[in-house]
Amino acid sequence: MNGLSPVVRLEKVSLRFGKTAALERISLELPAGCMVGLIGPDGVGKSSLFSLIAGSRAIQTGRIEVMGGSMADKRHRSAVCPQIAYMPQGLGKNLYPTLSVFENVDFFARLFGQNQKERERRIAELLQATGLSAFADRPAGKLSGGMKQKLGLCCALIHDPELLILDEPTTGVDPLSRRQFWELIEHIRSAQPGMSVLIATAYMEEAARFDWLVAMNAGQVLTTGTPRQLLTQTGASSLEEAFISLLPQAQREGHQPVSIPPRQTESDGKAAIEAHDLTMRFGDFTAVDKVSFRIEQGEIFGFLGSNGCGKTTTMKMLTGLLEASSGEAWLFGEPVDARDIDTRRRVGYMTQSFSLYSELTVRQNLVLHARLFSIPEERIKPRVQEMAQRFGLTEIMEILPDALPLGQRQRLSLAVAMIHGPEMLILDEPTSGVDPVARDAFWQIMVDLARQDKVTIFISTHFMNEAERCDRISLMHAGRVLVSDAPATLITTRGADTLEEAFIGYLEEAAEEKSARSEPVTVDSTAVTVRGLSASPNRRFSLRRLFSYTRREGLELRRDPIRLALAMLGSVILMLVMGYGITMDVEDLAFAVLDHDQTAISRDYAYNLAGSRYFSVRPPLKDYAELDRRMRAGKISLAIEIPPGFARDLRRGTPVAVGAWIDGAMPTRAETIRGYVQGMHALWLTNLARQTFGSAANTGAATVETRFRYNPDVKSLPAMVPAVIPLLLIMIPAMLSALSVVREKELGSIVNLYVTPVTRLEFLLGKQLPYVALAMLNFLLLTALAISVFSVPLKGSFFALATAAFLYVICSTAIGLVISTFTRTQIAAMFATGVLTMLPAVQFSGMVDPVSSLEGAGAYIGKYFPTTHFLAIARGTFSKGLGFGDLKTSFLPLLIVGPLLIGLGAVLLKKQEH
Amino acid sequence: MRVANILHLGVKELRSLLRDPTMAVLIVYAFTYAIHTAAKAMPETLNKAPIAIVDEDRSQLSTRIIDAFYPPHFIAPVLITQPEMDARMDAGVDTFALDIPPDFQRDVLAGRNPVIQLNVDATRMTQAFTGSGYIQTIINSEVTTFLQGHRSNAAPAADLTLRARFNPELNTSWHGGVMEIINNITMLSIILTGAALIREREHGTVEHLLVMPVTPFEIMAGKVWAMALVVLVASACSLIVVVQWWLSVPIEGSIVLFLAGTALHLFATTSLGIFLGTIARSMPQFGLLLMLVLLPMQVLSGSVTPRESMPELVQMVMLAAPNTHFVMLAQAILYRGAGLSVVWPQFIFLALIGTVLFYLSLARFRKTIATMA
Repeated sequence: MNGLSPVVRLEKVSLRFGKTAALERISLELPAGCMVGLIGPDGVGKSSLFSLIAGSRAIQTGRIEVMGGSMADKRHRSAVCPQIAYMPQGLGKNLYPTLSVFENVDFFARLFGQNQKERERRIAELLQATGLSAFADRPAGKLSGGMKQKLGLCCALIHDPELLILDEPTTGVDPLSRRQFWELIEHIRSAQPGMSVLIATAYMEEAARFDWLVAMNAGQVLTTGTPRQLLTQTGASSLEEAFISLLPQAQREGHQPVSIPPRQTESDGKAAIEAHDLTMRFGDFTAVDKVSFRIEQGEIFGFLGSNGCGKTTTMKMLTGLLEASSGEAWLFGEPVDARDIDTRRRVGYMTQSFSLYSELTVRQNLVLHARLFSIPEERIKPRVQEMAQRFGLTEIMEILPDALPLGQRQRLSLAVAMIHGPEMLILDEPTSGVDPVARDAFWQIMVDLARQDKVTIFISTHFMNEAERCDRISLMHAGRVLVSDAPATLITTRGADTLEEAFIGYLEEAAEEKSARSEPVTVDSTAVTVRGLSASPNRRFSLRRLFSYTRREGLELRRDPIRLALAMLGSVILMLVMGYGITMDVEDLAFAVLDHDQTAISRDYAYNLAGSRYFSVRPPLKDYAELDRRMRAGKISLAIEIPPGFARDLRRGTPVAVGAWIDGAMPTRAETIRGYVQGMHALWLTNLARQTFGSAANTGAATVETRFRYNPDVKSLPAMVPAVIPLLLIMIPAMLSALSVVREKELGSIVNLYVTPVTRLEFLLGKQLPYVALAMLNFLLLTALAISVFSVPLKGSFFALATAAFLYVICSTAIGLVISTFTRTQIAAMFATGVLTMLPAVQFSGMVDPVSSLEGAGAYIGKYFPTTHFLAIARGTFSKGLGFGDLKTSFLPLLIVGPLLIGLGAVLLKKQEH
Repeated sequence: MRVANILHLGVKELRSLLRDPTMAVLIVYAFTYAIHTAAKAMPETLNKAPIAIVDEDRSQLSTRIIDAFYPPHFIAPVLITQPEMDARMDAGVDTFALDIPPDFQRDVLAGRNPVIQLNVDATRMTQAFTGSGYIQTIINSEVTTFLQGHRSNAAPAADLTLRARFNPELNTSWHGGVMEIINNITMLSIILTGAALIREREHGTVEHLLVMPVTPFEIMAGKVWAMALVVLVASACSLIVVVQWWLSVPIEGSIVLFLAGTALHLFATTSLGIFLGTIARSMPQFGLLLMLVLLPMQVLSGSVTPRESMPELVQMVMLAAPNTHFVMLAQAILYRGAGLSVVWPQFIFLALIGTVLFYLSLARFRKTIATMA
């Protein structure tokens, strides 16, 4: 159909996830310069194919050429990457929820190396064209689904891609926004005729408008061609029918058009759900405004409306998840009560976003919910089997939901919502992303349930053909119900041809009525002008890309004042606690005496001990049994036994020994006690000798004069405070930087690393910088605290200390980055940081014992761990009055370890999904 | 039916944990190799203490003294000159520097009581203190032996027989190993429950649970028992395999009693984890909060430094922390062989703290549920 060379060429491409094959030997050529649609049921490999083409996932077998080069070739990948834009499946999966609309687009613009002037112009144009200008300052997380998709498109279009890959861009988007979305794409294409667009979609009416289609099933291509070719090939009247007829016999058999027997309205129709002036306010924003309706038992009631109009909030109020600000609601005639467990058993609820356990398999999820709904144990297995069959899950029972496409996950959610055979189903967009065949099957089930079992169904949807199947529908907009009636009645009242037309008519009317400030829905075609391809040289290392991540991280940090406050205040509190709490000074040790002698001399011995500040005396011991008992209970740490005839033997010069029992449960303390007792014993003997022999007594042949340097009073505080700073500057920065990366992995935005020109090193350094800055602030705070509150003077060079701290926090954040490369979940990252930094920092870095005294692995770790060296510098500058010159040997390791760790992180981090 | 729900929810937690192999590896590492390394790093309080000697005497006696320092308590002394001494101490190479003055031996023999100067790096608290005592004793005994045959000493003599109970050789690995287990028990239990709750919130699964016929109590109890079980099994294995067998530390008391105490402690810490999970809005916040709570709890529990040396106020406040009681209980049972008759107050304290924490977090959990959905 066109003479251009194909933009994408696939040769025998296969992809497996464990035992499951996602793609099987696909060979395909996609024409350039047109709209290519991928259609097919859920889980046939559309998304996998896209991620391979975009370079986001590593190729397993086969060959993929995109724009004239192999995607297995790293050089080609980074060369074409600036010309590809990839928008992954899921609402705003690659966006950052705390960043505003503008900041999100700006982030991507920077990643593609655009300068400020260019960025501002392009962002203004794109936001204008998508109607997002008015919401430029709104955080992306607070946007409705349709707006998120538009924002995702803006981010994808910011760098004038030649190949635009959109994975189900309109899933979960309301008809009005959807229409605007396609108009936007059309305009962009007319401005840039050379652009190729690849789209996966579940909407067949959308697919009908594409230039060229690829129909896929079970990891294989069924057929390709223009929509017209597909229709003629199959002899079908609609694309939906055409597709169904293309399916293999076995799959096709199950499918039949949904038949809806008319509802027999009973005059005494009891209300299953009733709502009166239900209102929900969040602050001064009214999400739901005086909504009233009455749904009869056995009725299928549809809820339609634009994204963010309050449908979900209304449903949540009915389930008791949210407490209504005002108004009332009844389920089965009873007022909604969040604590009413029995009502919950009669209701099945399905949330809009997937909310099942991604770490449990499909079967485990089903069984768990069956159990929680108290289905008798013997009925669980057949019931699970039945649900699996009904929803086509039998093939994927042992798979984790994360590995499943959206549509299959939705079906699982549905199966879970219906596992206990509820009398009422509240379903929030249950069919978003589900393929047409499965959707029909699902509707047949619902119709059967409603008509035969009188199950009440309250459903929200964006599909018009589904809305037409409802007994009654309500149109919602901006928190209010616009109109409520049977679908056919609505069409006639509005004088429209289709429900969609009627729906859009109502919405446009409401939007105009509502405000003049609302954005013009028509696309300003002049806004999207042809822009010369900006020269975005794909340099190997770009500071702009690096800083783009830094900015983003910094913004997120700034938006989270609690995290910032905790990071700053936390270290201060910890320093106070540990500075005062960790003390090696042993004082007031409890001791008791077992005095067999009971003479003046023996009592004097005990007084001698009791008089020192180190010991505090407890009631005397009567016998060994008591000694044993009290020591076992930890009541005394030291027991002194004075033998019978002590005074007599001492006078006579007969050898005599005082016994001292020390509680050895805490060896360090025991050693200290030993030292004290020995000292006190010697002192007592000397004094005794003086009393006996006068001052002429020989007190020893030589004297050892001990000079405690740097800390003359041997006090804990001056020794500990400089040691606490390195400890705090490793754990908190390491944890924050580790979480910052793993968070992106867990929440999905890591895909931006895979598909944008940013390199691994830029990504890591960019993420690291804000945490280095934060840690340096922390360092200043802690140093000020040490000097002012703890009165530990900084005797040496502050400049040396600050430089060392800077090098050190680079190391500690780099440790976090390395940890982030091998952990997948934030929990594991947190635990890993705790385990891998706390022990070496506290025990192996010379905080208590010097590294040279350690043994085994501890000694080895201690030698290289950065804390060791910074600790030496901190003590050197604080206590010993040293500067750069004296501490050279400690700076060198810090200089080496930091870059080494960052390099290691860059090597271990993957630039593609595997 | 409620007990069944708690059971099923707990099993779900265990399954989730199994899905994260990195986590499993980390747990195994934390309870085996990390314990061993921590225990073995410092076999004794005074181990390979770095010492340097300036010998200005170069006599028979000074050589004797130099030879008296040898491993494992000290490293073989390095002979240095006086100017080197300051530089080496500044750089933190030596903890001790001994200066034997010129004519030392002559003065000793002449009874002039010469002075040996011992320089100690007092920033290294424990080693400085213990080591200087050792050094004094060593020098005194060398001088005394040297003098024997030269002169008799007539001072009154009373020996001091020192015996350490429960750990006769004051082997620090006995202490280090068990204290490391205790630290890991606390850290892991708080992380597992708290982070699991935040994970559920970030993935939207809490909302799902809340529309099911389960109560917040059941959700919480499910997490508590499952995570406590994981940690309990890990610590039991660690105590028996690593501490008792690999490190050959004799355990005096009943391991079963200790594990019973551990279970109570875990009840308290897992509840604390959930409490922190309800306060933090995101995982990074939880991580910081964790540090803020965990570090003081560990440092001030009495496992690192003795409780009685802490300021009164700190001692009082720390009575509210489960760790403090757990450390007391562990030391009493494992080292001193104490039975329930001795440690029952700790059991009661732990049960009380656990109950209070559980109900506090349950109240907060119920309250914050609305904001989670």
